[in-house]
Formats: sequence, structure tokens, C-alpha cells
Amino acid sequence: MPLLAVENLAIDVERDGQTHRLVHDASFSVERGETLAIVGESGSGKSLSALAVIGLLSEGLGIAGGSITFDGRDITKLDEQAHNALRGSEISMIFQEPMTSLNPVRSIGHQITEGMRLKLGLSRRAAKARAIDLLEEVGISDPAQRLKQYPHQLSGGMRQRVMIAIALACKPSLILADEPTTALDVTIQAQILSLTSRICRDHGVGLVLITHNLGIVARYAQNVAVMYGGRIVEQATAAELYRAPMHHYTRGLLSSVPRLDIPRNVPLSPIAGAPPDPLQVVPGCRFHPRCAAATERCGQEVPAPHHHGGHQVACWHPVIERPEHAMVQA
Amino acid sequence: MTDISTPHDTAAPPKRRSRLMSTLAADRKAQAGLAVLVLFLLAGIFAPLLAQFDPNEMTLDMMGGLSWQHPLGTDDLGRDLLSRILYGTRVSLFIGFATVALALVIGVTLGLVAGYFGGWVDMVIMRYIDLQWAFPNFIIAVYLVAVFGTGLLNVIVAISLAFVDDFARIARSMTLTLREEQYIDAARVLGFSKARTLLIHVMPNAVAPIIVQATVSVSYAILGEASLSFLGLGVDANTPTWGLILADGRGFITRAWWLGVFPGLAIMLVVLSINFIGDWLRDALDVRQQV
Repeated sequence: MPLLAVENLAIDVERDGQTHRLVHDASFSVERGETLAIVGESGSGKSLSALAVIGLLSEGLGIAGGSITFDGRDITKLDEQAHNALRGSEISMIFQEPMTSLNPVRSIGHQITEGMRLKLGLSRRAAKARAIDLLEEVGISDPAQRLKQYPHQLSGGMRQRVMIAIALACKPSLILADEPTTALDVTIQAQILSLTSRICRDHGVGLVLITHNLGIVARYAQNVAVMYGGRIVEQATAAELYRAPMHHYTRGLLSSVPRLDIPRNVPLSPIAGAPPDPLQVVPGCRFHPRCAAATERCGQEVPAPHHHGGHQVACWHPVIERPEHAMVQA
Repeated sequence: MTDISTPHDTAAPPKRRSRLMSTLAADRKAQAGLAVLVLFLLAGIFAPLLAQFDPNEMTLDMMGGLSWQHPLGTDDLGRDLLSRILYGTRVSLFIGFATVALALVIGVTLGLVAGYFGGWVDMVIMRYIDLQWAFPNFIIAVYLVAVFGTGLLNVIVAISLAFVDDFARIARSMTLTLREEQYIDAARVLGFSKARTLLIHVMPNAVAPIIVQATVSVSYAILGEASLSFLGLGVDANTPTWGLILADGRGFITRAWWLGVFPGLAIMLVVLSINFIGDWLRDALDVRQQV
């Protein structure tokens, strides 16, 4: 049984008395100690799916269908109090902006130990000892001193490390990381990602890594789900997805990223057009207006996800490559 | 307190208490303010020992000028002005602090709740605050005293209720900005209750403007009590307060200047020192500011 199993999740927004569907039919699952990357552009519904899992969809947004099974029980029906009990101690989250995700007037020590004392019932002394261990684990030097410091005294990378420590503090079994490295220097990004995925693996924590950068997930995720326009268009293991992407959107994403193993004089090919407005209704496959392989059928019928050689792909004309033509492995 | 932090040891930030101390060491105004306030507090506490006379004891030496026997003179009934001011310190300071404490607790709670929960809760609270806002604070206090009668407790309640709207407004506006901050979301993600999020995470970030308002309000409360007493709506006539002394003396101010100057000076000194202390507290409690 997977740690987290999301089945046919649908998320609606209520706007001016009208209901728009932002996430359609999303299904994915995460095992303990495993990393799932959800990749997509802004507005593709990837963050919404994560917020639905942790039960913090903002007002006006709601789960309209499907189920979220965490550790064997459906958590879509939980009330606020039960959700609160789950948050922090079972499911935790790392935010995009480490600069603004820490309370400026509380010391690092307070922010790390608060959850432990509340959720794990640790004494002040035990919580402090655990906080020092955690800071050490996330690679912060001189942890005992750091506990007394305030967020403004730390750099962005350090703050994100602290955020990771806070997320881990209450021993959750699932961590959602919403673009955890977007706000960081490129040199720090890799450190934070490898740190996060290593810690999650070591502790047997499931990790959902939300990102718009397909390039960074290859090394850190076992499974990848690509979202476009509120739907998961392709899902496969990371190696498989890079070896032979089947959805035209995935292929477009991959060929728009510069790679070291492709000659430098080959120009990058961006995907033409812009992602659809989430509130706008696109009949058929939502990618068809930008897809080179689109046919009449693509504009009429929504392709259902189907399994194909280790991939799950929602496309009427998936690209099926024979091994000798496969793209060079990432 | 001897070692003021140099820029080099920012790596090890001082603890909260030593932070208070080190900011105080650098703040002359706060030192002066604290000294004056402590002096007044001691004067209030030890009034029975310090005062040479019973504050209500009348002598035949009416409106006597400054003398060795009566250092600040006597009033129209021959009561020793110094003794009256010393005893008055008790009531005036008590009213000043008690009112603000009450107004702060009620106002900040209302503001936090209104700002954080929004919706109809916000509507109800803020319409009430608007209603109160429409009247000058002093008129509200006068009205409340008129309804509930005079007396120390009533004066405190009346003045503090009149101040509630200021605190509520400040707390609400701070909460409205703060609740959008990501660290508040982060607190929700960790599964903290709403009350905890509000008290531990939202409120401390709103503390600076509230402290400023509180110190200003202490001054206003002392002045408010003085004004109420001046109008005969304050505490009962046998309790000497600074406002009452001023009020009693106003008719004779041309013949006995000390009846206006000394109680006025006492009010001014306390108000000023509280403002200095407020500035210092605001700096000291803002951890983002380098000491």
C-alpha cells in the first residue's frame, strides 16, 4: 500500500458564482522513502494538488471529486481539527520562499522546537537536543548558536535548510516541497535538493517535489508526473521519462532545456504559444492548440491516461520510440 | 551591562534580557525616562512616609507660597501641595497603567480576531469600532462616567473603553497584512491551532505599533483622568489626583501660580518619560534591528 495515493482528484474554484475546474482527474502515488516530482508550468495545478493533500486550499477552492488516501485512510473528508492533527506530524511542507517562510520575530530555536513540543510532547530540553541534531543533519554549522539567532541573520540557503529541519521536526512520513529551490542561487539549489531527497530517503519519508524545472528532477526523483492545464499528461519513472518521453508536451519541455550532451550549435526549440488560462475551457486535449502533432480528434475528445510501456500517458498520438532512436539518457 | 555589543559578535546575538539592557545602555532618553518614572513610582508607594502632612488636612495657612514648611506651597484650603501631589501620584499612575492595560487587552484581542477571521466577525467588530470612532474619546469617557457614576474603578473602565478602538484598529490592520505572510501559512502547515497562530506568530509581529500606541495612551489616560476630575467626573473629591489638584487650583491661578505649575509639571514629566520608555521598548523588542 503506498503512503499517499491520490485518485482522480478534481479541484474546483468558485468565481463570480461560476464553478471552474482547475485540476482534472489527477492520480499519483508516493511510497515511503520515495520521491515523486510533479512538473509543470505556473497554473498547471501542481501546487493546488499539493495544497489539497495537506488540506490547506484557500477559500473558494475545494476538492470536487476523487480521493486522497494517506496511510490507508481517506483524508478528504477530515474536519479541520483532524487535519490539524495530521499536519506537521504526518504531512509537512517546505515552501518556495525561505526568505518569507520564517517568522522574523521568533528565534530559529523557537520555530524548530515549537512543533516538537506541541505535537511530539517533548520537554524543552529534549526538543532543544533534537533541534541541534536536526540542524546538524541539514548541514548547519554551530547549531547550538544558531538556535538563538533570528531569521534575518541567516542567508537564503541557510533559511531553507532551517525550513527543512522544521519540516522534519515532528517526524512526518510525507513532505511536500513546493518549488523549494526557486528562490535560491543556482549553486545552492543542487545542495538543497540533494539534501532534501537524501534525508527523506534516510528517514523513509515520502517526498513530493513540485517544480517547474524538469532538468532538476532527473537526479532526485524516482517518479515524475508532468502536469499541463490541470491534468497529468504523462507519468513514468524518471529514467523512463527522460529516455523516451511520450507526450508531446514532455518532449517540448525537454527540448527547451539546454543540455550538455547535445551539440551547442543546435538551437533550443521552445514550445510555441502560452499555457492556457486555467479558467478558460479548452475542448479536447488542453495541449492541442500548441501541439504540432494535433489532429481533429485532439480538439474534440479528452484523451484518457493509458499505460504504455511503463509510461502512463494521456495523448491520442503518443510518441513511441524504438530503443535505437531513443533520446540520449539524461 | 558593561559590555555593549560590538558589530563583531553579531554571530552570537544577545538574549532577550541582555538585549533590553544593551539598548538601554545606548539610549539616554530611555535612561532619563526610566529614572523619572521610577522616582514617581517610589514617591507614590512611599507617599505616606514622604508626605509631611495629611493630603486632606486643612490649615489656616491658605494659598501660602513656597516655604520650608510647605515646599510647594498650599492651596485655597490650606492643604500642603507637595503632600497632595505625592498622594496623587498613586491614583494618576495607577489610572494611567490600568486603563491602558485594559484597553490594550480588549482592543488587541478584538483587532486580532477581526483581522484574522474576517467575514462577519470582522464586520460586527469593525462596525462597533467605527461607531466608537465617530465620537471623540473624551466624550465617550464622559458619557460612560455619567452613566455609571464617578469613582476610581468607573473612571478606569470609562477611559479604557474609550481607548479600545485605537488598539483594535491598529491590531486589525497589522493582522490583515500579517496573515498573508508565508510564515503564517507555514505555521498552519505545521498544524498549529488558530489561537496559537494568532498569539505566538501574528501578535509578536504587530507589537511595535501597539507599543507606540500604548505609551501614547498612558499619557492620554493620565490626562483623561485629569480632565474628568477637572470636570468633577473623576474619582471622589477626597482622593487627591493630579487632575483634581489642577482643577481645584484653576480659580486661584492668578494669585497662586504653584497650584497650576506643579501638578502640571508632574503630569508632563510622567508623560514624557513614558514616551521615552516606549521608544526604547519598541527598539529593544524589534529583533530585526541591530543592537
